[in-house]
Amino acid sequence: MQKKDLGLAVLILIVGGVVALINPRFLSPINLANTANLIGLFGLFSVAEAFVIVTAGIELSVGSVIALLGVIFIDLIVNQGVLWPVAFLVVLVIGGIMGTVHGLLVTRMQLQPFVVTLCGLLIYRGIARFYTADGTAGFSFGDSFPTLEWLISGRTGGVPHSIVAFAVIAAIAWYVLHRTVFGRHLFAVGKNEEAARFAGINTTRTIIAAYVICLVLTGISAVFFAMYTRSIHPASHGNFYELYGIAAAVLGGFSLRGGEGSIIGVVLGVGLLQVLQNLVNLLGIPSSLNFAVMGGVILIGVIADNQFTKYRERRRQANMVSGSSDRPEQVLVGSALSEAK
Amino acid sequence: MKSAFSITLSGISKFYPGVVALDNVDLGISGGEIVGLIGENGAGKSTLMKVLGGSIAPDRGTIEIDGERLQSLTPAEATARGIAFVHQELNSFTNLDVTANILLGREIVRGPFRSLDRKAMRDAVRPILQMLDAPFGPDDLVSELSLAEQQLLEIARALSIDARLVIMDEPSSSLTLSETNRLLDVVRGLKSRNVAVLFISHRLNEIEAIADRVVVLRDGKNAGELTGDEIRRDRMISLMIGRDLNQFYEKRAHNRQEPILELKDVATRAYPNARANLTVYKGEILGLAGLVGAGRTELARAAFGIDPVVHGEILLDGKPLAPMSVGNAIRRGMCLVPEDRKGEGLHLDFSVTDNIALPSLSKLSRHGAVVHSQELALAEKSRDRLGIKTASVNNAAAELSGGNQQKIVIAKWLAMEPKLLIVDEPTRGIDVGAKSEVYHVLQALADQGVGILMISSDMEEVIGVSNRVAVMCEGKIAGILPSDELTEHRILSLAVA
Repeated sequence: MQKKDLGLAVLILIVGGVVALINPRFLSPINLANTANLIGLFGLFSVAEAFVIVTAGIELSVGSVIALLGVIFIDLIVNQGVLWPVAFLVVLVIGGIMGTVHGLLVTRMQLQPFVVTLCGLLIYRGIARFYTADGTAGFSFGDSFPTLEWLISGRTGGVPHSIVAFAVIAAIAWYVLHRTVFGRHLFAVGKNEEAARFAGINTTRTIIAAYVICLVLTGISAVFFAMYTRSIHPASHGNFYELYGIAAAVLGGFSLRGGEGSIIGVVLGVGLLQVLQNLVNLLGIPSSLNFAVMGGVILIGVIADNQFTKYRERRRQANMVSGSSDRPEQVLVGSALSEAK
Repeated sequence: MKSAFSITLSGISKFYPGVVALDNVDLGISGGEIVGLIGENGAGKSTLMKVLGGSIAPDRGTIEIDGERLQSLTPAEATARGIAFVHQELNSFTNLDVTANILLGREIVRGPFRSLDRKAMRDAVRPILQMLDAPFGPDDLVSELSLAEQQLLEIARALSIDARLVIMDEPSSSLTLSETNRLLDVVRGLKSRNVAVLFISHRLNEIEAIADRVVVLRDGKNAGELTGDEIRRDRMISLMIGRDLNQFYEKRAHNRQEPILELKDVATRAYPNARANLTVYKGEILGLAGLVGAGRTELARAAFGIDPVVHGEILLDGKPLAPMSVGNAIRRGMCLVPEDRKGEGLHLDFSVTDNIALPSLSKLSRHGAVVHSQELALAEKSRDRLGIKTASVNNAAAELSGGNQQKIVIAKWLAMEPKLLIVDEPTRGIDVGAKSEVYHVLQALADQGVGILMISSDMEEVIGVSNRVAVMCEGKIAGILPSDELTEHRILSLAVA
């Protein structure tokens, strides 16, 4: 675990501790299970976002994709009579296709990721609203999908399945990003695409793969959200979720310039954001201040991290000048790779 | 006419905890004099420059400007006394025009809203451009200037503060031969206007051509001073490294037998209508000389699969190289050490280990997962083999000197056990000691039967290291010179069309 991650974990514990002291309901099983459920739901697409950010890209269409794929999923199983596993698969394939298109536009056509995915954000939102004629997609009275409901929105021993799914996917994502050759290629492409190309890495394929992974995971997330809300207003469902994912990734040490960050960081980032949300609710802070609290905490976190990095950098330089024989502390960003080892 | 300028640094010392950066260094320059300052990287040149520029205060010693003794300078004082820098890295703002660049921070304004007086600014800039005989005007956009013209712009900026001492740090490192010659003319022009010039360069032939006096630094001390006829390459090198340079180049005879790389009628995007034919044999070092812009780097990039091959065929080890992609080239045993070390060769923020392991990751992994112990072992082995000087292989590549960074790039490719290694300007910007180590590595590879294609604009290097030299001109191979015909004159006459 990196020092940065450790700092974040400590921050979560402190914030959680303070909330628990003021309002003991924070630690009640119901509240813990609800919070865990939300961490699971929001975590899935935050991890997805991280795969694109590490390549120095950004995926702004996450919220709209959650709305569109959610609408499609519900329509398939409720109105079209498609078996839910098939519908689930269809949703993932559509997500994969969207990711491929985004990746191709970014690599082959050399468009900026921000622009490509901003257009995605607008287009998918529009299609989702058109698809339902701006109505609500949901289950009618009497619709029943017991297996699906148990699997996606059920609980085992009080533990919501969403957080179980998130834990499994985060573990796989951690392994892929920090342990495999492909993960290393993602970091290399994000940090210096040109040097990665000269090192024989197929940068085009690597970047496209990142967008595909991102939107397939977003597809999974879309199904979880659809089953959680059970009715989807395509005009508002998933609004701002991409920014939430980006915030979690940035809190978790991902740099928008690419090539830095760790999955443990994103997981902790998601956790912190949900605990903050909970804090707003439990401490009786007006919920209209929700975003302001979140933004304020992220800003403070980023400033603190920035100052800490500068401090370590100064100390390292002082060490180097003094020519002390002890190994200079490893500080720079390579740490994202090497410290996680 | 300004009064004659003189600056004398005497007994300058600068200590850092555990390190003596400058030890009792003397340096004097007066108006109308061109002084060359040379030394290996780490010899103290940049610290001395910072003392002159006021960004570092010396711990001991005095600075005397026009007879006035000072303990140290501040950057503002240095500027006010007419000390100007022309840096190695160009600092132009390519989004602004020439006038805005030259007068940046010293804009001429008028009126209550301090609006720019564009006419007055242009009028202020024009005589400076005329003086330099600049091929661009005050309104030209800097983005449309060549590198050489941007260098001239830097000089214009220095002159615009009425400089009496211009300090030039590797001003020619990105210039072609003819551009460099023009630069040297400009420097001579400064001299005739009684400006003092401190010229820092790794290119000793430029120093030879231009300097009235050469000051050599070694390990933070004055290693010697040469004037007039004493300014010769061999004298400068032996002062810089403190020993003679007999074993600098260690060329061995080579008899060509098996081709490893064959280029047949190859054309690149730079010269789509030219046809290049070239064969590199196993165990030889083939130099590829030519003027900057002759298409050498483009040829290497195309052969390596970075850029498309517009026409022709490339054979590696007798078999066609297809499909043309970097991945395929590497699998077939071709590697390229690119020209731009920081942009294309390295991930500066990554550790030495991560850099060296990057191309070899699939060999260092099991079931797609990287085995860290194998990575570390490779890094340690490379460190020993190439003499990479770093406290730890976990340090970021950015923390190492240029020469050691270049060794990392070479180590990346040695780990792939190439059959053919293309090196593009392998010793640009690295010091004499590291240069000789790089040559040693290349020679050792050739001894093992690796074919080496070395692109270089450094004549001494091309002649000293290569078994044969191919000379490129406008996308074509203008001629191939065997080892006994290698002279600067022959190469140049082929290089200019």
